[in-house]
Amino acid sequence: MDTLLSGLQILAQWQVLAALVIGSIGGVVIGALPGVGPAVAIAILLPATFAFEPIVGLSLLLGIYGSSMYGGAIPAILINTPGTPANALTTYDGYPMTKRKEGHRALSLAYTASFFGGIFSVICLILLAPLLALVAPHFGSREIFLAAFMGILLVVVAHRGQTFAAGMLACFGIFLNTVGLEPVKYTKRFTFDQTWLSSGFDLIVVVLGLFALSQAFLLLIEKDHAPGEAHVQGNMLSGMKELLGIKRIATVSSSLGVLMGMIPGVGEFTAQFLSYTYAQKSSKTPDAFGNGSPEGLVASEAANNAVPGAAMIPLLALGIPGEALTAMMLSVFYVHNVIPGPQLFETQLDFVMALYLALILLNVIVLVFLLFSTNLLLKIIQIPTRFLGMMILILSFIGVYSLRNSITDCAIAAGFGVLGLILKRLNLPIVPIILGMVLGGIMEVKLRAAMAAVKTPIDFISRPIAAIIFVMIIGILVLHIRTLIREQKAKQKPEPVGPDYEHSSQQG
Amino acid sequence: MTHIKYFQELFQRYRRPGDLVFAVVFLVFALFLLSQLGEQTKWVKRTKWFGQPSLWPSIAVWGMVIFGAFHLLGSMVSPRIYGRLKEIMFWLRSLEYVVYFLAYVAIVPLAGYLPSTILFALFLTLRAGFHRPQHLAFSLLFAVCVPLIFRGFLQVKIPAGEIYQHLPDALRAFALTYL
Repeated sequence: MDTLLSGLQILAQWQVLAALVIGSIGGVVIGALPGVGPAVAIAILLPATFAFEPIVGLSLLLGIYGSSMYGGAIPAILINTPGTPANALTTYDGYPMTKRKEGHRALSLAYTASFFGGIFSVICLILLAPLLALVAPHFGSREIFLAAFMGILLVVVAHRGQTFAAGMLACFGIFLNTVGLEPVKYTKRFTFDQTWLSSGFDLIVVVLGLFALSQAFLLLIEKDHAPGEAHVQGNMLSGMKELLGIKRIATVSSSLGVLMGMIPGVGEFTAQFLSYTYAQKSSKTPDAFGNGSPEGLVASEAANNAVPGAAMIPLLALGIPGEALTAMMLSVFYVHNVIPGPQLFETQLDFVMALYLALILLNVIVLVFLLFSTNLLLKIIQIPTRFLGMMILILSFIGVYSLRNSITDCAIAAGFGVLGLILKRLNLPIVPIILGMVLGGIMEVKLRAAMAAVKTPIDFISRPIAAIIFVMIIGILVLHIRTLIREQKAKQKPEPVGPDYEHSSQQG
Repeated sequence: MTHIKYFQELFQRYRRPGDLVFAVVFLVFALFLLSQLGEQTKWVKRTKWFGQPSLWPSIAVWGMVIFGAFHLLGSMVSPRIYGRLKEIMFWLRSLEYVVYFLAYVAIVPLAGYLPSTILFALFLTLRAGFHRPQHLAFSLLFAVCVPLIFRGFLQVKIPAGEIYQHLPDALRAFALTYL
């Protein structure tokens, strides 16, 4: 109770509240704009947040992360264009409802399901916090190494049909992290005697290039188009009553969102896929799925909104980001010399509580904002895409240049921008590169530290938590191979061939 | 024949135009890094394997080569969708905007953040095909707001333009701090 009150005190600062309001509302607008995801916004704002207190910077970024999917549901439902990639599944049932003149009902359901998912996940986290505080100190170097390895493994196998691409890009990320002067033996790695390579590749420069600059280039080159006009009328809270009628699906979907969010390397797509499949299989009207089923809509929106809160768990408790957005947030901690990990739960539980309470507050702010501003947002999203590209390019400059005022950084970011554009065009995943960079660094440090206390290979997994993670890693591998064999036996290809079946590999 | 068909099915996936080119370039790059592994990383004496500076670069580069080879194989056995050249031209078109971006980066320390941003925004707006006065006005508004918010209000680290030194005294201090 004391930590909760202490967390409230941290949150009660005006700077934190202002950051939360700006982040939440900004996140909704960004999420609603097709072509600008939360990853682009977070990448751009990241260096600007370094000047703030960690809690202020994180509140701003968390606001964007947690609210973008609310906004993304609006164009997904009304104009069949997902605002963020995590809203893609929402179009399946949301848009058919709009075509049936039930756009208001669909939006209202999406908002309330998102709110339910968001609040559900934070309540789970608050209840789990004491348990995490108990378990987290048992995570030593070998456990964190194994968890980071599991994160890499999951991000590779989670890209079904693109496992090899995800693998090579994750390894490319690990490679990028090794370039430069290594800090233990002071040897140079892949610097080719170039001074600009000696300091290595900065994560933020790479992130800005891959997410923000690439998107700017893409929007500026592609044919200009602006989302169509739409209008919606009625009370947006009316979906609350309908949601109570399908609370089982909302609860299971939110639980899956929490579970998938907690596991590094998984995230919104898997959570949505599992909850949508569950909802369809357990529904009395499975045929309605894909044709405007309220249950499908709730499954998709409740699951994706439960993820951001849960994704903070591996980040805060172990210092392991599960996906690109939390990987970016990790740098906010590093800049302020706050190292997230087990000790954070031991010594600064009030800080963790403040973040959880911030998540609750952001869900309330967003819901209230959306009740009055949906039609305003529908006007804002009509910005032509090329114009949006110009805006992103100008904003990206601040992110890269303000880091070190380095023209070299800008050139490197531009290079990664072109790489990001190619990957997006080929629908190859970008996230493995970022996770490879972050988790690769963690694995290198933790393996070195862990092996000092290991005499025989079995020592590495002799502690209970290490053994559990090791069994999970083996389980993931076995399950993946079994799935591949089953698919092959059933004459199903790992990824159905043909444009109609292709899904986006991009996150954020 | 059955074996070949089975093999093809095992690695087949949906591929977009240009996939093969990217797969080849990536593998060649990975092989180049592999060839440089001994030269560009060191194996240090009196240090165990887990502390070797070359351990993680080796893991990463070998991973890139192995996964990259399988990715290329998958690309080769998958049905081709035509439009490779058009796609590569699309990639190359991004270089035009890279040049504009780097020119903007080079101009900021000279001309100052606010003037450079106004010029860059107006140029990009025209280049993107927006010639109507309201588009240019909106672009101008955006280009003024961004420096004022980020440099003026949030005090983000962006150097003052050299050109500001030539401003009258009353305006110079303000411009050096806020614009």
